[in-house]
Amino acid sequence: MSYFIDRRANAKHKSAVNRQRFLDRYRTHIKRSVEEAVNRRSITDMERGEKVSIPSRDISEPVFQHGPGGKRSIVTPGNKEFSEGDRLRRPGGGSGAGGAGEGGASDQGEGMDEFAFTLSREEFLDFVFDGLELPNLERKALVDLDEVRPVRAGVSRDGVPARINIVRSMREAYARRIAMRAPIRRALREAREALEAEERKDPVLRNPSRISELKEEIERLEKRLESVPYIDTYDLRYNNLINQPQPSSKAVMFCVMDVSGSMTQAHKDIAKRFFLLLYLFLERNYEKVELVFVRHHTAAKEVDEEEFFYSRETGGTIVSSALSLVDDIVTKRYPPGQWNLYVAQASDGDNWDDDSVTCRDLLIKKLMPRLQYFTYVEITPHAHQALWEEYEGVAAEFPERFAMRQIVEAGDIYPVFRELFKRRITGN
Amino acid sequence: MTRRKPIATGSDWNFETLTEFEREIARLADEYRLDTYPNQIEIITTEQMMDAYASVGMPVGYHHWSFGKQFLAVEQAYRRGQMGLAYELVINSDPCIAYLMEENTLMMQVLVMAHACYGHNSFFKGNYLFRTWTDATSIIDYLVFARKYIAECEQRHGVTAVEQLLDACHALQNYGVDRYKRPSPISAAEESRRQKEREEYLQAQVNTLWRTIPTPSSHELLTSDADEEDPLGLHAGGRYPAEPQENLLYFIEKNAPLLAPWQREVVRIVRKLAQYFYPQRQTQVMNEGWATFWHYTLMNRLYDEGLVDEGLILEFLQSHTAVVNQPAFDSPWYNGINPYALGFAIFTDLKRLCENPTEEDREWFPDTAGSDWRETFEFAMRNFKDESFIQQFLSPKVIRDLKLFMVVDDDQEEMLEVAAIHNERGYHRVREALSTQYALSVREPNIQIYSANIRGDRSLTLRHVQDSRRPLARSVYPVIRHLHQLWGFPVHLESVEDDEVVRRYQWPLPDEARQA
Repeated sequence: MSYFIDRRANAKHKSAVNRQRFLDRYRTHIKRSVEEAVNRRSITDMERGEKVSIPSRDISEPVFQHGPGGKRSIVTPGNKEFSEGDRLRRPGGGSGAGGAGEGGASDQGEGMDEFAFTLSREEFLDFVFDGLELPNLERKALVDLDEVRPVRAGVSRDGVPARINIVRSMREAYARRIAMRAPIRRALREAREALEAEERKDPVLRNPSRISELKEEIERLEKRLESVPYIDTYDLRYNNLINQPQPSSKAVMFCVMDVSGSMTQAHKDIAKRFFLLLYLFLERNYEKVELVFVRHHTAAKEVDEEEFFYSRETGGTIVSSALSLVDDIVTKRYPPGQWNLYVAQASDGDNWDDDSVTCRDLLIKKLMPRLQYFTYVEITPHAHQALWEEYEGVAAEFPERFAMRQIVEAGDIYPVFRELFKRRITGN
Repeated sequence: MTRRKPIATGSDWNFETLTEFEREIARLADEYRLDTYPNQIEIITTEQMMDAYASVGMPVGYHHWSFGKQFLAVEQAYRRGQMGLAYELVINSDPCIAYLMEENTLMMQVLVMAHACYGHNSFFKGNYLFRTWTDATSIIDYLVFARKYIAECEQRHGVTAVEQLLDACHALQNYGVDRYKRPSPISAAEESRRQKEREEYLQAQVNTLWRTIPTPSSHELLTSDADEEDPLGLHAGGRYPAEPQENLLYFIEKNAPLLAPWQREVVRIVRKLAQYFYPQRQTQVMNEGWATFWHYTLMNRLYDEGLVDEGLILEFLQSHTAVVNQPAFDSPWYNGINPYALGFAIFTDLKRLCENPTEEDREWFPDTAGSDWRETFEFAMRNFKDESFIQQFLSPKVIRDLKLFMVVDDDQEEMLEVAAIHNERGYHRVREALSTQYALSVREPNIQIYSANIRGDRSLTLRHVQDSRRPLARSVYPVIRHLHQLWGFPVHLESVEDDEVVRRYQWPLPDEARQA
């Protein structure tokens, strides 16, 4: 006797728990691989999984086994030229013969040296961002929120026909019908009984007027019973929706970069990686992330991504031009009540002499109060200049929301990024 | 010649055609008197199949990282295309559960049904090891119990604590088997009820064993033929345990001094599951050979009766040929002896020598040659395991066909020696050696509990009876470290050859080794 069961609709990923346990157990190994991968890969490449290898000995499950040595006999198939008594050199030298002769005896004996497996994209990014926290991730406080979302809130007596709750309405109607008909029914029953009692009487004793009275009464009651409406506007119930203020799940990230002559393509590549890391990071935390690219030399301009990273400009540098452009864009397009605002700035530290102070004032007075976070990376092996010093003043003013670091080469990006967004254990 | 009226053509399948094929296979199997459990055939997706592989095919299992590792390995292999996920998943239970993968072709589904639902299934039901060691009716219940119990422990004692305990138990699970006693059948409800009782009883027993400083009775003191070292007879109680114990996990469960009751229960669960898999480890060649023989026979019968078309049977033959392929030892694809190939070759030859015996067969198998093949098959399937099956039924013809030869590897000799090949002088020796190669007692080091020092430092001593000077692999240290975690006191392991201790291991390591 046999029967078939179609299990395809059942949950897959039954091993998800076990898989997760494995990843947790070898967290440090995996993290090392992931960090290497991040440094090695181009960051546009981040959106895929990663092959991870762990030395087999680190994850072996030991059991008692025979080691090499001693005397044993092995039976193998495929003899071509050997005769009894032939002597052979040990293959591979030493005790390597074991590998060939184990037969079905041990499939662990000749395991690979590396246990390799693939992390899914999600798992990979989890490891990349492991231990990182988005600065001021507590979504924008509810008070200054303009964004609302309708949510279900029970049922109400009025509303539009499209939102009629049929089940509740019918139930109300049913209850009302029972309630309204009960007294009529009772009266009807009594009248009928009375009529019957009257009719059973001896014809001599009957009261004809009473009988016709009762018949009229019955007729009247039956009409009333019929006239109880099946459903009444009074019964209707509507699904009630109310508008609830929503924490904003949208973020906009401003990428600000110096494209003056002193920024080489290498500088830009480093900056690009930094921006992309930040973008990926935001993308995991907000439903929607918009990007605004602002580049500047002596004047700032909003551009698309391609132009941002790859077109060359020359000339001097006025950083404040970019900051005021960002401020304009925020005012026009991204009211802070609805958007979480992030600014990431990359530069080689050059700036027009007097401009650094302007930048500082602009930041402290106008920009910082509206931003979620501001990061500044300076890509230079050289000593800091005026801009850095002024920014230090801003950082002192907004220690929670302003971060700045120096990057010398590509390999620094990831550690710097991690440091910038390190989960704050103390503080809040 | 039969006119071909195939049940279905092409490679697509649906439930109607599967049901019809299943019915035909059942009819043919019945003709061959294959006795099976009812079949529960489950259609699953690729991911579900990988899940099933990762949990050794158990439909329910407790959680442990090692299954996750298994899953990742399977997934990796599957993605690279190194491994087909088709043949092999059938669970020794009643009803017998077999998996068909959604994306398989019609041929593959029919083949898997013949192979698993009638081949393996009848083997599970008939073979003496499975009959003795496993209880097909209760295994699913027990798995459910085990999963629930371990999940509860995780909640109560933390995932890490349970994980470490399971790690330690897994390291010893091959030594968690009673080789000579038959376990009693149990179900989940029964098990839950008994588990409570057991907890109390067990703990009480352990307490007695470790109770206090032993007090020798007074008359023992008086009559003592006291030896100089031990005038008070404190060590006169003899060794504990009195006989060496082969079931390490059982001994731990019953005697480890410091384990909490729930920990003993977890040890027991691992031990019970190891016991369930014990027959499979010893009947690989037979079981696969049997199932392969039957799928081959049944598929050919389907073709003979015109129930499948030429396309399907050609596809089948290609797949079957790949399965029973045995690369030679010097081939880059060589990966040990293929149990499908060896088992199929022996069974096929067994049928031949029943039906058309040669002179040689009559000499080698005087009782079997010319007998009713179906009865001989039944006898062979029921009463043997790989070791004895090869010893009994490996014929000279199969040795010649596979060109088996025997090499002696002695680390005291510089060269390997070809000790026997497929000729008159060699058949017996090759057969003997191959049989030994499949003996569990030779494959796995023979290690037993020798003594527990219950009157002194509570250390535990194990003995490894060394065979032909074959030492233990280096994994011995992590394993005795796990054993030490379970036992709670120092663990010693002695390798003994010819009653002489040749090597000692211990955990914790002695101080000087640790500093070095």
